[in-house]
Amino acid sequence: MSVVEAPVVPVRRPSTRLLRSELWLIFGRRRNWAGLAILAVVPTIIAIAVKVSPPGGGGEGPNFFASITSNGLFVALAALTVELPLFLPLAVAAISADAIAGEANLGTLRYLLTVPVERVRMLAVKYTAIVIFALTATLLVAAVGALLGLALFGGGPVTTLSGTQLSFADGVLRLLGVCVYIACGLAALGAIGLFVSTLTEQPIGATVAILIVNVLSFVLDSIPQLSWLHPYLLTHYWMNYGDLLRDPVSWSGTGQGALVAGAYALVFWTAAWARFAGRDVTS
Amino acid sequence: MTAPATATATTTSGPGQPAGSLAVESTGLTKRFRRQVAVDGIDLAVPRGSVYGFLGPNGSGKTTTIRLLLGLIRPTAGSHSLLGQPMPQAAARVLPGVGALVEGPAFHPYLSGRANLLRLDAADRTAEPGTARRRVDAALDRVGLLAAAGKRYRAYSLGMRQRLALAAALLAPRELLILDEPTNGLDPQGTREVRALLTHLAAEGATILLSTHLLSEVEQICTHVGVMHLGRLVAQAPLAELRAGAVPRVRVETDRPEAAARVLRELGMSGVETATETATAPLGRLAPEKIVAELVRHDVPVRGFAVVAPDLEEMFVSLTGEGFDVSG
Repeated sequence: MSVVEAPVVPVRRPSTRLLRSELWLIFGRRRNWAGLAILAVVPTIIAIAVKVSPPGGGGEGPNFFASITSNGLFVALAALTVELPLFLPLAVAAISADAIAGEANLGTLRYLLTVPVERVRMLAVKYTAIVIFALTATLLVAAVGALLGLALFGGGPVTTLSGTQLSFADGVLRLLGVCVYIACGLAALGAIGLFVSTLTEQPIGATVAILIVNVLSFVLDSIPQLSWLHPYLLTHYWMNYGDLLRDPVSWSGTGQGALVAGAYALVFWTAAWARFAGRDVTS
Repeated sequence: MTAPATATATTTSGPGQPAGSLAVESTGLTKRFRRQVAVDGIDLAVPRGSVYGFLGPNGSGKTTTIRLLLGLIRPTAGSHSLLGQPMPQAAARVLPGVGALVEGPAFHPYLSGRANLLRLDAADRTAEPGTARRRVDAALDRVGLLAAAGKRYRAYSLGMRQRLALAAALLAPRELLILDEPTNGLDPQGTREVRALLTHLAAEGATILLSTHLLSEVEQICTHVGVMHLGRLVAQAPLAELRAGAVPRVRVETDRPEAAARVLRELGMSGVETATETATAPLGRLAPEKIVAELVRHDVPVRGFAVVAPDLEEMFVSLTGEGFDVSG
């Protein structure tokens, strides 16, 4: 702690330490363990329920329940389908709401900014952590479902939605593709969450707001009279992951979905930056 | 509340001094929140190497000023520099050399004290990753918190939290420390330790800007003082200069204060005041012993006689008013 005669410009190096610290904060927190445990409970329940009383088949849309008894991998797909409307968005909403609002609520935001963490860097690191969380949560549901399914129902060739057969390895690859696609949609929701998080100092309020956006999007998407609006809704494309299970893969629906997710992410990340860059931090 | 006496702001930066001799410098720094002006055109001048006591009643704009200095909020008008570099443009370069404590400690409650400091260190791109653990423990040791380093922050007492915030401010070598009420919540022993620590840091050459409302703290460790009132910097001077500028008064204790007052006036003193058993007046250029002799010659029964310099508290009150109200 000495007086430096000439002003020394400190060396700033690129570092992943802050990102690792963020991930550790997210994945080391008991609240989030509980959330992830709940996500993992769903495929467990599905696997056990189907084992106890096998379904008769039928139903609309990509119905993976009927296929579970023939291949355990479908537990993962059934679980993702069940969790996509609410549970997965809820998890992403809670994490992204915490990003800025959580730090502001605790007061730690002012200390991070005076370290200093430049505001753009803060948003970039926070968003990267949100995306990693979204992917991890999706993969967790899929992994628990796949492992339990394989244990209870066995693996083997996978029947696609087109009726053709794929090798087991190809089936796993398709499942991973589904996870990445779902994570894209959730990451876009996470960008909305990041933006909402810069508006308030109350993480709970931000979580609720993000969930409302998510549910509202589903509601609007279910009103046929608003079909002109549907292509612009984030959640409109979420269920398109079924296209990845056709033979050959139909890219048009998923490509459109990924594009819209990317647009949402870009717009709301930029909005978050516009809001946060010049904001007075009085928390 | 009485209106504040507007003292002339004496800055230590004459026009002849080289740029960069000030660790903190602001020109017309102003912050307006909606209707209220929180900070009103202040010209701070904190010389390098000084311990600057930043005084003011609650709500006088001290914390807002500190937030402005650190770039947490944007000024409505005016500009400032830290360590000779313009803010907020140079924030990324300057702030690694600045340790700060702003409006009390704030940490993640479910992380330990050590984990909290490691997180702040991880956020600092100028910090050496390999030495993080060692530096964190050194900072914890410096504030006497090493024994509780592994405890969760939520289990800390207020004093321990304050110490942790100080440790965070000392994580890296700092040229400038901006500390908002660093002894708040500490027990007397802790207060003494922190004062000793600050004195030590100042001796090593760090500049310290210390916001406080504890005048004893200022008298013990500060070299310079700035006084805030209603968002304005109503006084700024080296402490010694402020003391020297204070007018000493003679104070005569007697059961005939009117007679004493008459003698004082005959001696040419102005501003004589009387109370039930005292008469006081500014000393001026008179020799105190001559006053006593005159009083005795006029048969004024003198029970006590003293030349009193106003202490810091009186000066402070005369600048900021007597009231108990927080500054609106």
